Amino acid sequence: MTDPLLRVEHLRTYFHSPAGIARAVDDVSFSIGRGETVGVVGESGCGKSVTALSLLRLIQAPGRIEAGSHIWFEGRDLLTLGAEDIRQVRGNRIAMIFQEPMTALNPVFTVGDQIAEVARVHDGASRKAAWERAVEMLALVGIPSPRERASNYPHQMSGGMRQRVLIAMALVMNPALLIADEPTTALDVTIQAQILELLAKVQQAFGTAILLITHDLGVVAETASRVVVMYGGQVVEEAPVRTLFADPGHPYTKGLMQAMPRVGMDRERLTTIPGSVPPPTAWPTGCRFRDRCGFAWPRCEAEAPALVPISAGHAARCHLAEVDRPPVAAPANAARST
Amino acid sequence: MIAFLFRRLLQGVAILVTVATVTFVLIHAAPGEPFAGQLDDVRFTPAQQAELRRQRGLDQPLATQYVRYMGRLARGDLDVSLAQQRPVRTILAEALPRTLLLMSAALFGGFALGILVGALQAARAGSWADRVAGRITVALAALPDFWLALTLLLLFSVRLRWFPVSGMVDPTMHEYLSPLGRLRDVAWHLALPATTMALIFAAVVARYQRQALLDVLPDDFVRSARAKGVSERGVVLRHALRNALLPTITLFGMALPALVGGSLFVEFIFAWPGMGRAAVEALSARDYPVVLGTTLVSSALVVVGSIVADLLAAAADPRLRRG
Ligand SMILES: Nc1ncnc2c1ncn2[C@@H]1O[C@H](COP(=O)(O)OP(=O)(O)OP(=O)(O)O)[C@@H](O)[C@H]1O
Ligand SMILES: [Mg+2]
Repeated sequence: MTDPLLRVEHLRTYFHSPAGIARAVDDVSFSIGRGETVGVVGESGCGKSVTALSLLRLIQAPGRIEAGSHIWFEGRDLLTLGAEDIRQVRGNRIAMIFQEPMTALNPVFTVGDQIAEVARVHDGASRKAAWERAVEMLALVGIPSPRERASNYPHQMSGGMRQRVLIAMALVMNPALLIADEPTTALDVTIQAQILELLAKVQQAFGTAILLITHDLGVVAETASRVVVMYGGQVVEEAPVRTLFADPGHPYTKGLMQAMPRVGMDRERLTTIPGSVPPPTAWPTGCRFRDRCGFAWPRCEAEAPALVPISAGHAARCHLAEVDRPPVAAPANAARST
Repeated sequence: MIAFLFRRLLQGVAILVTVATVTFVLIHAAPGEPFAGQLDDVRFTPAQQAELRRQRGLDQPLATQYVRYMGRLARGDLDVSLAQQRPVRTILAEALPRTLLLMSAALFGGFALGILVGALQAARAGSWADRVAGRITVALAALPDFWLALTLLLLFSVRLRWFPVSGMVDPTMHEYLSPLGRLRDVAWHLALPATTMALIFAAVVARYQRQALLDVLPDDFVRSARAKGVSERGVVLRHALRNALLPTITLFGMALPALVGGSLFVEFIFAWPGMGRAAVEALSARDYPVVLGTTLVSSALVVVGSIVADLLAAAADPRLRRG
């Protein structure tokens, strides 16, 4: 295997406060190949956004990336770079788009200015050249009459349009990696599909690797080739997308899949995982999912499971995956009908 | 935008009419009377006094005087000073530019300094420099302006003799200076009174600006700016500060009444020959037309200032612009 584009090793991002230490990301490792799309899924509060922000070192105090973490990218550990070096990576080699297109743009600058700024800070482009580039980018992401639209302010655009602007902004420097943190969550369904389509098109055209963060397994099924499932600040399962859907190795993944709405499915039978994600200041001992797991047995409390390989590229953090996997049918309390 | 301006101007006129009426009633209700100096003069016979009163219409019932005055005002006539025998318009035309010079120096100096200090404080919130600056701004904002004026006067003019004690120009030398020398002369006289007012403003603005910037820094768009590779300085100064200036511009509109009031004391203490001093002198001489004139012009300044503040806000915040 050739070197991956990005390799995250033992990433730990903690928030330190008088109330305790929130271990939002706790020993996360994964990698992304060149031009690959990797999906990161998990419920709210699992540490997906904190992971994404950590990659670009955008975590603000009281958050801190702890010693022992490594983020290898293009031959360097991003965590060892000085302020100027990491600035040159941001928006240039690794770009990011955020969940909230409503608030992610600066209200007092035109969208053209905000896109042009990327070319100005990284390419030293002249004002005029950068503006032309911004107009080109708007056309690329499918905004009609881009030249006029470039002089719009964010509040003059719809949510879907703003998300396109954010994507345009991210693509200016043709980054090797695009981190998309729930890029469609705030949008309505038809717009969601358009944005996902746009991302797929971008990836084909430019060979951009994409880290797609979402809590929607359906989105992952459509776009990603590999999936990382996060729970409680950890990776609980990792697999190629087909393997994951065919043979989920972690009860949490199964729960997420059962909670997925599917076409033709009776709404009555849609299930959710019982309970909720515990606060990151107080992860349970042993397996962090055991409180909510229908398969939990005493060992789950006594001993934290490691991420164990199941097959090629497939691993799960579950004691059931370690032993020869017993052929269990889901017990009655594993999933609750809603 | 045009309709908005028109509405604001109409409001302004209504405010000025109210101010004129209230001031008119108040000065006539206050004890004392005009021509005090002349009336004490023994050579002035009661008949002459009555004649003087009659000439200026002061023997008429108050209601008649009021209607007459408002009639003149409607025609843009501010009447003639009782004490100086000059049109009030002439007196104001002399005093207003001097006051505007002092006020704009104080306003721009104060805002520039305040925004700078506030922004630097917010960028290093919690540091010892932030805490020291915080103490100083609280103290300055709480000080009465005349106290600060007197302290600066005593220290820098009387004791150190760095700056002149009073006036706007050197009374003996000014006429003989070159144009540049005259400018320097005025600036030298301007320094202390402008600094007094600017410091108090800067303190208020700095406290406001610090908080406004701290409120903006956690916003999503600030994170977006960092994520696209803007330097930390660009993030704070270009992206965050530009948004954090919006509340400060509102402060600008609200600051004008305080500035007009403050310039009254400061002009008096530094003998700056502006509107404030004209007003104080007119008040003690019961020079009704001048009191009314200075009050009206001060109010007009406040009205115009708040319209300017609204226009500035619209210029700074595209969301406020329409059509
Ligand atoms: N600034 C912060 N201070 C303290 N705790 C934080 C901070 N930011 C995030 N956290 C905590 O880290 C945990 C993970 O948050 P994160 O935003 O990564 O969740 P997520 O998986 O992205 O969820 P969502 O789907 O809601 O976006 C949360 O429990 C959150 O409370
Ligand atoms: Mg998130």
